[in-house]
Amino acid sequence: MKIREVTLSATPTAEAIADLRLGDIVYLDGLIYTAREGVYMRALEDKANIPMELPSQSAANFHCSPAAVIREDGSFDLGAVTATASFRFAKWLPEWMAKTGARLIIGKGGMSSKDYKEYFVPNGAVYLSTVGYGTGALLGRGVETVEAVHWHEELGIAQAMWVIRARRMGPFIVASNMAGECLFERENAKIVQNLDRVYEGTKPAVLKRYGETDDRSDEVIG
Amino acid sequence: MISIDLIQTTAETLMDKAAIEIPQDYLDGLRAAAKTEDGDLSSFVLQAMLENYEAAKEDRRAMCGDTGVPRWFVKMGNDARIEGGPIALEAALRRATANATTGVPLRPNRVHPLWRTDHNNNVGIGAPEIEYGFEPEGEWIDLITVHKGGLFGTDYRMLFPSDGIQGIKRFYLDSLVAFGKRGLACQPAIIGIGLGGSKDTCMVLGKRASVLRTVGSRNSDPRIAEMEDEFKELGNSIGMGAMGFVGKNMVIDCNIEVGYCHTGGMQMSVHAFCLSSRRAVARVFPDGRVEHRTDPDWFTDYQRRETIDWDPVREAAE
Repeated sequence: MKIREVTLSATPTAEAIADLRLGDIVYLDGLIYTAREGVYMRALEDKANIPMELPSQSAANFHCSPAAVIREDGSFDLGAVTATASFRFAKWLPEWMAKTGARLIIGKGGMSSKDYKEYFVPNGAVYLSTVGYGTGALLGRGVETVEAVHWHEELGIAQAMWVIRARRMGPFIVASNMAGECLFERENAKIVQNLDRVYEGTKPAVLKRYGETDDRSDEVIG
Repeated sequence: MISIDLIQTTAETLMDKAAIEIPQDYLDGLRAAAKTEDGDLSSFVLQAMLENYEAAKEDRRAMCGDTGVPRWFVKMGNDARIEGGPIALEAALRRATANATTGVPLRPNRVHPLWRTDHNNNVGIGAPEIEYGFEPEGEWIDLITVHKGGLFGTDYRMLFPSDGIQGIKRFYLDSLVAFGKRGLACQPAIIGIGLGGSKDTCMVLGKRASVLRTVGSRNSDPRIAEMEDEFKELGNSIGMGAMGFVGKNMVIDCNIEVGYCHTGGMQMSVHAFCLSSRRAVARVFPDGRVEHRTDPDWFTDYQRRETIDWDPVREAAE
């Protein structure tokens, strides 16, 4: 299969989103903000005012904290950027999407097709996965400027809301689509067919773990 | 006497190298994997990673945005003397960790587990970890930094002698498949397996097997070395590649370390040192020489000794 490459705006049109296919490689232009548990809790649970105009400024939420430092003069030194695993944020994402109109959720590992169908598709959003994982230097090259860092005093550098101007930032992989399908689940379904053969001859442990399952189509997330 | 200033400046250089430069042994292993990979998506991922290592070195920026949790392994020759003693040494390593966090920069990953306090410098209670080893000869000190990333790809299980090799294989596959799905383990990885010891030492053995041994190294016990080959192949026959996509490269190498355990048990741990296998090593001498390398050379015959007293002649004969 030939891999297709797409350039996408961080405030994408509904048509551009609908056109994305699982496994497409995406490069992003425009403003992207980082938000993870710290930002979600502050905005949704503590009801703090989100310091950006969303989604008009950006519809791209990156689950990330960069390897970066705020210099004494207030400027930024941002080196590498990579995603953190997104499944931990499922608790906040429906409300966050409804509130901010985020249409691109960028992270690591994706969510489940259940998440995609329940609140990604209704909000016109798709999931973009980073590649590797760990193309931090390549993604760092895609950062034109750091426009702002919000809430770093309250949340620390790692949890702060970094606002990044991206220029052909990537690569990312399209991991969900407007049908609510999940790239990772598609791949898992192919791999699981081979597992009985690989496991052949091995023995289950004599001492079981409480709640243990031998269903190999299971996942540790979701 | 080894200069404490030299220890600190060397430690800062090591922090920088570990974060930016992928070790040659891992790079060679990944290049070899990329040649055999035929899954379209997993091939794309491996190529992107190879480009990423180049970009990191060219730009002198961290190879991954999650720069891991910096830690130190310190090894000393029996005759090593450090200016200011072990307290000065630990202060120098903590200072180097903090300085490099803002200098490289690294992500300030280390926070209090409950209060999430972040000093923005990767230093805190028990952080960075500093672990020690000793060798019978020498006046040098080896500084080894490892910035292991990721929260996934690690597991522990108490097995028993009756579980046997087939039980070990089962738990190995369980761990790889569980954390390989969606690429949570950031594979292909250097898989470290710890066998024996106690629960805590088993975890330490497995972690050290993944982070302190290089790709291509083999355990000095030929039967364990055979298992390492077999387990590498087994892991790569799962049919899973980078990011959990269909592929044939999950394990760049498999290293196994053992320790004597309770007669009734067979503890097992599995660790994954990820696509950003960050480690850097330097030997510092009292005359001011510094020799950089990427092989920690941790598991010497002395570290794996079985006898009461250290008798290198007898060990060599065995």
